[in-house]
Amino acid sequence: MNVRIKFAKYGSLVYIGHLDVMRFFQKAMRRAGIPISYTGGYSPHQIMSFAQPLGLGMSSEGEYVDIQVYDTFSTEESVRRLNEVMTDGMRVLDYRELPEKAKGGMSVIAAADYMLWIDGREKFSAQAKQLWEDFLNKPEILATKESKKGETTLDIKPHILESQMEEDRLYLRVSTGSAINIKPDLVFRTFCEAYPDQLEYPGNKLRIHRIDLYADDENGGFISLNDMGTVVLEGGRS
Amino acid sequence: MKTNVNEAIAFSEKRHLAVPEEILLSVEKPARYIGNEVNAALKDVNSVDVLFCMCFPDVYEIGMSHLGIQILYDMFNRREDVYCDRVYSPWPDMDRVMREHHIPLFGVESQLPIKKFDFLGITLQYEMCYTNVLQILDLSGIPIYAKDRTEEDPIVVGGGPCSYNPEPLAPFFDFFYMGEGETRYYEIMDLYKEMRAAKKSREEILHAIAKVPGMYVPAFYEVEYYDEEHPAPDPLLDNTIRSFKPIYDDIPKKIRKEIVKDMSDTYYPNHPIVPYIKATQDKVTLEIQRGCIRGCRFCQAGMIYRPVRERSLKFLKENALELLTSTGHEEITLSSLSSSDYSHLEELVNYLIDTYKDQGVNISLPSLRIDAFSLDVMSKVQDIRKSSVTFAPEAGTQRLRNVINKGLTEEDIINGSGQAFDAGWTRVKLYFMLGLPTETVDDMEGIPILCNKIAARYYEIPKEKRNGRVQIVASSSFFVPKPFTPFQWVPMCTKEEFLDRARIVRHKFGEMLNSKSMKYNWHEADLTVLEGVLARGDRRVADVIVKAYEKGCIFDAWSEYYKNEVWMEAFDKCGVSIDFYNTRERSTDELLPWDFIDTGVSKRFLIREWEKAQRAEVTFNCRKQCSGCGVGSFEGGICVERKN
Ligand code: SF4
Repeated sequence: MNVRIKFAKYGSLVYIGHLDVMRFFQKAMRRAGIPISYTGGYSPHQIMSFAQPLGLGMSSEGEYVDIQVYDTFSTEESVRRLNEVMTDGMRVLDYRELPEKAKGGMSVIAAADYMLWIDGREKFSAQAKQLWEDFLNKPEILATKESKKGETTLDIKPHILESQMEEDRLYLRVSTGSAINIKPDLVFRTFCEAYPDQLEYPGNKLRIHRIDLYADDENGGFISLNDMGTVVLEGGRS
Repeated sequence: MKTNVNEAIAFSEKRHLAVPEEILLSVEKPARYIGNEVNAALKDVNSVDVLFCMCFPDVYEIGMSHLGIQILYDMFNRREDVYCDRVYSPWPDMDRVMREHHIPLFGVESQLPIKKFDFLGITLQYEMCYTNVLQILDLSGIPIYAKDRTEEDPIVVGGGPCSYNPEPLAPFFDFFYMGEGETRYYEIMDLYKEMRAAKKSREEILHAIAKVPGMYVPAFYEVEYYDEEHPAPDPLLDNTIRSFKPIYDDIPKKIRKEIVKDMSDTYYPNHPIVPYIKATQDKVTLEIQRGCIRGCRFCQAGMIYRPVRERSLKFLKENALELLTSTGHEEITLSSLSSSDYSHLEELVNYLIDTYKDQGVNISLPSLRIDAFSLDVMSKVQDIRKSSVTFAPEAGTQRLRNVINKGLTEEDIINGSGQAFDAGWTRVKLYFMLGLPTETVDDMEGIPILCNKIAARYYEIPKEKRNGRVQIVASSSFFVPKPFTPFQWVPMCTKEEFLDRARIVRHKFGEMLNSKSMKYNWHEADLTVLEGVLARGDRRVADVIVKAYEKGCIFDAWSEYYKNEVWMEAFDKCGVSIDFYNTRERSTDELLPWDFIDTGVSKRFLIREWEKAQRAEVTFNCRKQCSGCGVGSFEGGICVERKN
C-alpha cells in the first residue's frame, strides 16, 4: 500500500538540503516504527520518493514524501509517532493512503504555491502593487535562468499561474515539476529587474515559504497532493 | 491558490543562531553549525551550574563520528547541574567569515560563545589537528597560551590518545585528562562547582584538579634541559630533558592514566546524536571492547589502552537494540582495535544478523582477521562482487613482521585470500608500513613479492571458474615512532629515505609476473615528517605550532590545506631542528618528554620488547601468555581473567 506523508520544514531546518532531508526521513521511519517496505538485495532501501526539492533557505508547509508500507497505523497514530521523533523545525502534518491506481507518484506535480516576503516583514514600496499588475500585463516576461549549461532565456508569463500582492507579501502560484520548474525567486528577481528605478531585489533578505504542491486534476484544475489520498481511520497495526 | 498560510510555521521564530542567516546561506553545509540534531541535549543554560563544551578539532562530519565525544556528552548531560554542548572546527570558508564579521566561536546547541563556558574539553585524536586546536581557541577569543588566561576564560582541558605526549601542546592547555574520561569527570565537576561557589581562583581550582588522579596541569611542572650551562653526561643526551619536576609538593610526580575497569557497568550513549548531514560514520557504533591483546610493537593504541577489557554479550545486545531504535540508523558497526579477538564475536555477529538483517539493517565489520568464519559472515552482509578482503601485514617479510610482532604469517594471508577467491572475491587490499626499524631492501621488495604470490594463488583457480582478473591493491604508509611503544627510541626516516623506499617497492612491483593485476599507492611523506615531530616533541615544539598557525596553517590533516613550506619556515624561524626529534637515535637512558606519565606499561617491558624486536623475536599475545607488561597493576580486564 502506498502512503503520502505531508510535512512542514521551517526554523533552523531551512539550512538542511534535500538529500539530508531524505536521510532524515529514512531514519525517522525507523525511529517511529512505521512499517515501511524495503527493496531486496544486499543493501535494502526503503521504498520512498520525495516531491520537488525545496531550495536551501526556504521554509515550507507543503512538503511530501510517498512511501510504500506493508501494514499501517491509522493516520492519527502515524502522525503522532512521526512527530514524536522529529526535531524542532520538522513537523508531519498528514499521512494518507493513496488509491491503488494513483499514477506516477511524484511525477504528477504541476504547480506550487508560495508566499514571498522581505525579512522582518518589511512592507513593499507603495507602487509595488501597481508595478506588479503592470508586470503581469506585459506581452511576455523574459527571465534569464542560469544553469550549469550556461544562461537560458525563457518566457515565464504562462507559468505565473496566479498571484496576489499584499502590503507585506506576495502569493504566487507557479508551474512546478520535472518538465518545467519555475522558482519563485526567479520570478521576483525578474520583477525587480524590470523596474530598476523603482525596485531593488532584496537578495538574501527575500524570504520564501512554500504553501503547497499540486497535480493536474481531471477538470483542468489543480489538486493538492494531499487531497489525492484518504485518511486511514483504523490501521491494521493500531 | 492558497493564501491561508500557517503563519506560526512560515514566520516561526528561528532558534537563535550565532551566525546570521545570510552568512549561513553563503557557506558550505550550514548544517554543520546549527546543532538541534536528533537526540541532542537541549537545556536551559541558566538552570545549570557548570557549562562544558566538548570539542573535536576537525570538521563536523569527522567530529560527529567519534564515539568518545558521544560517550562524554551523554555522561555529562545525565547530570542536571551540568550542560554539555559541542563545537567543531569551522571549515575554512566559515573561519574566514567569522573573522571578517567578528563572530566568536559558539557551541552548536546553545549557540553560546565558547568564552561563556566553564570548560572547553578538546579531544586530541591525531597530531595533525594541533593547529586546529589553536584555531578553536583563537576564534573563541581565548588566549592561546594558558598563562595569559584570566578568570573570565574557560578552563581548557585536553584528552585522547595524543595527550599521552601532551608536551608540544602543554602551554595551550590548563590541564590534560590522562586516560579514559568515564572515571573522573564527575569528581572534577563537583570540585569545580564547590570551589566556584566559594569564590576560589582559577589557580586554586587548577591546583585542586592537579591532585585528582590522572590529571596533569602542565603549568605546575617545570622542565629543564641539558645545555651549555648544564652539559649532558653523554653527548647522546645533548639538549634532551635534564629534569621534569612538579613545582608543588602536594601534586604527583608521575601521573597515572585512568581506566574503566568494568566495561559492562559503565556509561554507554544509547541515544547518540544523529547529524542532519552525512557524517563520516553514518551508523551505530558498538564498542565491543577496549584495548588489544596483540602487542604489535609499532602500535601506540595497543600499548596505551591496555589491558584489553571486553563488554559482555548481554550489554552489547541490549545496547544494540536501544541504539538502533533511538537513532534509526540503517547500519551498525562493531568497533575495537581487533574485533576478531573478542571472545563472543561469533555469537554477537550471528545475533545481529539474525535479529536485524530482515529489518534492513546492515552490519559492518571492520578489522576482522580473514578466515572461514569472517568470510562466511561477510558473504552474508555484503556483495562479494563489490567488496574486497583486507589484510594488514604491515611488513613484507616474516622477519620484519616478527620485528614488529605482527602475528600474521604469509600462510595466513595466502590461505585467507585463497578461501576468499574460492568463495568468489576478486579484490584484495593490503596495508603496509615503510621505514620500520631494521627494514632492508629485502623487506621492501617483500611487499610486491607477497602481493604477487596472492595473485598467483588466484590464477591457480581454473579459468572457467574465475570471475575475471584479480585486483590487488597495496598501500603503504610511512612509519612514525610513537611514545609508549617499544619503538619510541628509534630514529625515523627522512622524507627522502621514505620516498626512496617507496620507489624501490614500486620498481619491484613492475618486475612482478602479475604486475598488471596489482596496484601500489603510498602516503605523502611531508605530513609524516611533521607528524613525527609532533608525536615525539617536547615543549619547545609548541612555538612552532603557534608560528605555523599564525602563518595560516589549519586543517593540516587535509592534504589540500596542508602547507609544508609554511611549516618548514616555522621550524626555521623558531630554531627548532626536525632531526633532533625525528632522526636522532635516542638512548634508553634519556628522560623522554612523556616519561612523567604512567600508562601502567613499564619502561622495563618496553626496553625488553625493543631488544626482542632487534632479535626478531616475537612476544605472545595476552590471551596466550602474559608477558608481564606491568598493566596488571590496574587489576582489570584480561590480566585478572587470566588469574581466574
Ligand atoms: S599484564 Fe600481562 S595480560 Fe595484562 S596487559 Fe600486560 S601482558 Fe597483557
